[in-house]
Amino acid sequence: MHDHHDHDLTFQADHDTGPASPYEVLEHAIRELLVEKGVLTNAEISEHIDKMATRNETLGAKVTARAWTDPEFKQRYLNDTRAALASMDIDIGDMAEYRVVENTPRIHNVIICTLCSCYPKLLLGYPPSWYKSVTYRSRTVREPRAVLQEFGVELPDGVEVRVHDSTADLRYIVLPMQPEETTDWPAEKLMAKISRDSLIGTSIPT
Amino acid sequence: MTMQTGAAPKFQPGERVRVDSRPALGHCRAPLFIRGQTGTVVTVHGTFRDPERLAYHQPGLPPQNLYKIRFKQTDLWLDYTGSPNDELEVDVYENWLLPATN
Amino acid sequence: MSQKKNELRSTAPDNTVHDVGGLDFGNVDMQEHDLAFWERRVDAMIVILANNRGAFKIDAMRRVIESYGEQQYDATTYYEKWCRALRNLLVEQGVISRDELAAKLAESRETMRSASRDVSGDDVPWNEGVWNEETNNS
Repeated sequence: MHDHHDHDLTFQADHDTGPASPYEVLEHAIRELLVEKGVLTNAEISEHIDKMATRNETLGAKVTARAWTDPEFKQRYLNDTRAALASMDIDIGDMAEYRVVENTPRIHNVIICTLCSCYPKLLLGYPPSWYKSVTYRSRTVREPRAVLQEFGVELPDGVEVRVHDSTADLRYIVLPMQPEETTDWPAEKLMAKISRDSLIGTSIPT
Repeated sequence: MTMQTGAAPKFQPGERVRVDSRPALGHCRAPLFIRGQTGTVVTVHGTFRDPERLAYHQPGLPPQNLYKIRFKQTDLWLDYTGSPNDELEVDVYENWLLPATN
Repeated sequence: MSQKKNELRSTAPDNTVHDVGGLDFGNVDMQEHDLAFWERRVDAMIVILANNRGAFKIDAMRRVIESYGEQQYDATTYYEKWCRALRNLLVEQGVISRDELAAKLAESRETMRSASRDVSGDDVPWNEGVWNEETNNS
């Protein structure tokens, strides 16, 4: 069923260069066995990788800019994230439910997964290395302000930090506050203000 | 895993609950740093298959109610250096929650 | 990786090498790198097998990773952990056998060499990151 684009995945010479590590050899061997046994196809793997390439910071910025400019969409994004994303043709699959936490003048939200690295991948793509690191995972629950400071985020007094540890079937996305001076900006221009990190809570749009 | 239908939740938003301090016998999604700690139910997320069973190729039934529990950071860490208002929220399955005793 | 390790971890029960919340591993390294293609393929295989094939649940992958010893856990990258767990689970579930895999690994090494790619190191061990002939060849 996928033979319309049966990529040769054996090597991607432009990217997988240098000596192959034992893990790369293991990946190759596992994949060859699974394909030989008809468990999966190289085309399915390609399709998944192609799909993941469309899930990234830009997509997150597009959704966030829409929430900033469309109050009806914002309510849906906060109350029924799956439906709101589906209305923008973003399918979040059935691995997890997504939830949006909104920053306010009093509350700054930060997302983390202490046990592994749960992340809203089907919106934001693969998580950055630091999100998966034991440094971020270990310290953010105990000293979030110190970790935020390392990211260059200084929170004024009176702003509460609320850390969300993604331990279960929910993936969290931060809805940052729109910078005041951008009030009348169209969504497309706003997108430039929205970084991936601001949707995890380790950055604040300015 | 996405939501399943299951039993009514034992706890309601606003209720104080304590995370059980028993050791995990295997795969477990209640992190050590909240075991034995008391927090407040913020949200009842609905019921989900039990990861402690799914991890061993079982169907994960009965499904567990899942809750968002809010902890005060100053309750969790004696040496907490941020604001006394700082909070931490963790999603916890019902089989790790007990009514708070204090 | 910084190893400013908190004592909590050494006193924790077994199977909690991953449970690092509240420990201190030092400053966050913010350097980022694009995933290699083999890492993307590991990610894709796991999602396809867990979602579309029901070969196992993602919870089982986590359980395998959590069973690594501390040395193995700390010394391997994210997708190295997942790749190794994928292998273990496929064997555990009877999708592939150890013998088949051993034969295919030898073929894969040859395929890579014949495409002018050196292959470094021994095969990924089965236990604890320590080479053990008996467990690796069984």
